[in-house]
Amino acid sequence: MSVVPVNSVTPADTYSPTAQLSLRNVTKVFHGKKDLFSQLAGKRTKDFVAIEDISLDIEPNTFVSIIGPSGCGKSTLLNMIAGLSDTTAGQILFNDQPIAGPGPDRGMVFQNYALMPWMTVEENVRFAVETVYPKWAAKQVNRTVKEHIQLVGLVGAEKKHPHEISGGMRQRVGIARALAISPQILLMDEPFGALDALTRGFLQDEIERIWEQQRKTVIMITHSIDEALLLSDRIVMMTRGPAARVDEILDVPFPRPRNRETIEQHPAYHSLKAEMESHLFRETRAVEAARINKS
Amino acid sequence: MAVSKPTIGAPYYESEKESPFFSENVRAFLLFVGSLAVFLLLWELGARSGIFARGMPTATKTLEELWWWITHPFFNNGPNDLGIGWNLLISLRRVAIGYTLASLVAVPLGILIGISPIARKGFNPYVQLLKPISPLAWLPLGLYILRDSEQTGVFIIFISSIWPTLINTSLGVANVNKDYLEVAETLGASRLRTIFKVIIPAALPSIVAGLRISMGIAWLVIVAAEMLLGTGLGYFIWNEWNNLYIPNILVAIFIIGLVGLILDSIFAAFEKFVAFGRNS
Repeated sequence: MSVVPVNSVTPADTYSPTAQLSLRNVTKVFHGKKDLFSQLAGKRTKDFVAIEDISLDIEPNTFVSIIGPSGCGKSTLLNMIAGLSDTTAGQILFNDQPIAGPGPDRGMVFQNYALMPWMTVEENVRFAVETVYPKWAAKQVNRTVKEHIQLVGLVGAEKKHPHEISGGMRQRVGIARALAISPQILLMDEPFGALDALTRGFLQDEIERIWEQQRKTVIMITHSIDEALLLSDRIVMMTRGPAARVDEILDVPFPRPRNRETIEQHPAYHSLKAEMESHLFRETRAVEAARINKS
Repeated sequence: MAVSKPTIGAPYYESEKESPFFSENVRAFLLFVGSLAVFLLLWELGARSGIFARGMPTATKTLEELWWWITHPFFNNGPNDLGIGWNLLISLRRVAIGYTLASLVAVPLGILIGISPIARKGFNPYVQLLKPISPLAWLPLGLYILRDSEQTGVFIIFISSIWPTLINTSLGVANVNKDYLEVAETLGASRLRTIFKVIIPAALPSIVAGLRISMGIAWLVIVAAEMLLGTGLGYFIWNEWNNLYIPNILVAIFIIGLVGLILDSIFAAFEKFVAFGRNS
């Protein structure tokens, strides 16, 4: 089996009709300070083109990883999909409707967990459920909360506050909270970035297990090649910023359910890994070089 | 092969050097008691030999008076001869009313100012201008407008204890961790739900810290204000100054400090309660 770069830049007329989420020529520019005050204060800054002309179709029930050198605008892209940030140009269509803002149809898992410290594990999940489904009866809310705490394996820690549990457990709460509102898409922004290597591996296995149960569409930002290979169906590789683009999209053909040991046996594993490594290495080296030349 | 020999019986770990009788806390307590004894001794000797100002009471005389006032807190022989318990309650009552009113205004207003950057910039000049004014500067104005010493006392407490709470609340609300707000936003929480369920709990440590500072200031101010108002602990001191009876002044100073300490400890405990692992 060979590595097939599916398409480098999707031409405008070949949008997938079945796509659940579709990015069309999305560009994000962070406008610099150009008002009179900033000019007088000598603080005038230039516009920064974070993302330029990205087109991407995401099919339902696929696990998509976005990987790229740091500072390439991966998080910006995810924030635009989440609706936390506007697009400067282009469109993001979700079920053929343009995204107007944040909404509970997209569940978000944050890198630094973003749990409310004053709420217990259970209350954090409950807050999400009650916010999204205010009309639900208490019984239904309780059941949903309990189910999702069970799903992420946190039974027994319901009454603990976030500062009393480990980083890995906190991110489980973050995942339970995102899933409890039954979103159509799960967005994860480097969900394991702040965890130590052992905990990270453990949580990756958990995500694989949960994904097998639910098969939701997932978009995950990551720095880790192994993580992307273990979890994803497709891997989107982005170029370095500024004006980051999609460089290549890889299909990951490993059968599911996967685990670390068996995927390494797969014939495509090493060529995929090598492909990603060389891409990331090239882009990261270019980022470093650009930084040296600037200063 | 170098295999460690199995030890017989329980393994022996060397215990910590200090014995339980000389732990850090015990030592600190001994230091406290020792220094207090030295202080009282020097005071007693100094007062007896007359190296302090003339009429300076001895330590024993002062402690005797302290004991008398504490064991006879509630008597009432007219406004100039009132038990220290009554005076304390009068002061606490003024503080409670003025401080509660100030908090009821400062917390909601602070939340409002914190949420809106425009309100913050717009109201900031008032806050910054009024904050540094000495509370006693309001006294003549209060007496003129209210024409009542009791109400003026409450007004002084109100005007002086409103600022720390207001400023801390607005800062706390304005600086709520962006992650919490993004969570609320991605869940599609309404503005009102976000304010009550996210912003206020997130800002609670700052709000309580502000309330604590305000309480400290209220307690500082009431004593000064009461010297000019009649009744209360401040007036007690002023009255004893007019009687030129120094031991009672020292007794009152000690009691004011003690009550301030208790009030502050209550708020410190409250601060800890709302922190949830966050360093306040």
